[in-house]
Amino acid sequence: MNRFILFFHNTGSPPWFYRFSGKLIPWLWLGFAVLTVIGLYMGLFLAPPDYQQGESVRIMYLHVPAAWLSMMIFGLMAIMGFIALVWRIRVMEVLMISSAPIGAAFTVIALITGSLWGRPTWGTYWVWDARLTSELVLLFLYFGVIALYNAYDEPRKAARAASLMAIVGVVNLPIIHYSVLWWNTLHQGSSIGTSGSGIHPSMLWPLLIMAIASKFFYGANLLSRARLQLLKQDHRKRWVRELL
Amino acid sequence: MTPTRKRRLIAVLVIIVGVGAAATVAIKSLNENMLFFVSPTDVEEQSLPAGKRFRLGGLVAGGSVTRDSEGLAVKFVVTDGLASVDVIYDGILPDLFREGQGVIAIGELHPDGHFNAAEVLAKHDENYMPPEVADALEKAGHTNASDGQ
Repeated sequence: MNRFILFFHNTGSPPWFYRFSGKLIPWLWLGFAVLTVIGLYMGLFLAPPDYQQGESVRIMYLHVPAAWLSMMIFGLMAIMGFIALVWRIRVMEVLMISSAPIGAAFTVIALITGSLWGRPTWGTYWVWDARLTSELVLLFLYFGVIALYNAYDEPRKAARAASLMAIVGVVNLPIIHYSVLWWNTLHQGSSIGTSGSGIHPSMLWPLLIMAIASKFFYGANLLSRARLQLLKQDHRKRWVRELL
Repeated sequence: MTPTRKRRLIAVLVIIVGVGAAATVAIKSLNENMLFFVSPTDVEEQSLPAGKRFRLGGLVAGGSVTRDSEGLAVKFVVTDGLASVDVIYDGILPDLFREGQGVIAIGELHPDGHFNAAEVLAKHDENYMPPEVADALEKAGHTNASDGQ
């Protein structure tokens, strides 16, 4: 078997996944720490205030990466859920459900930071426009996936039900993304798109660095959670007994 | 791929297509109700009844803002380039409120044609830049940096 296929084949084996992720996690944390320090320093000290928003523009360095990640994690959960449903790979089921609390947390961060930015900029903490409402729906979808998983005693059956909900819920992602195009919203359109960026480079770099840092955080946190979940599920199995 | 896996794959794909189609139809039919605000052109074309509460969105026309010398009352014109509506508002304006800025006014039409706003929100656009760059753009002939280009 070629090395690449073998790698994917191996990830399906819990003991192999446990060892491999154990080696990867410290590097992910390191990447997160380094990028966060650089990103925050650039965002909070080096980047200029905005010509209209003043200092409150700095909320963007937290808000935008959190909002991007909240959507990316749900999309990944749908893909992992799809693989889990069709091929019944247990590691995928575990990765899918371990992503949910992280995604929900980033959705909350995006909603709260957005609200704190909205007050000085728009003049209100909250409006029921399409962007804000669909992001709130995303939070409820995360809660739904978590609740559905916890409604079953048998973890594999639970993961299949939760996977299905993640797949169905994925229709909300294009709605969130295109809400600012399809409808008149109070929320502004996308600053960064295929046709370039509406953000000055001095503000764009810290934003991109923070966005990458948040992905490292997700990776490290996800693998740690998934390892714990696998240990719990397999606590009677031989590979866990040999390990501890 | 084994027959069982193929069957599962097809089942999941059918669900995705079904949900996608249902969502598309729902969004299409909701389109009108999902609008957060209506533009001055919509107001002109649809002849909205006086006294009905709605949100009016557009740009504050340049040179149209007149403030009351005594209180907080302010008069301005909201335009979308094609049509415009006179707005009267008595209250605190958001910091971003200025001529050329996108705003959303919540209120109702008065029988004489002007719009009585109960609340005014400022809409921020997708452009972020340092003050010096905005100044430079303005000097280079863009009358208002917030108009996008």
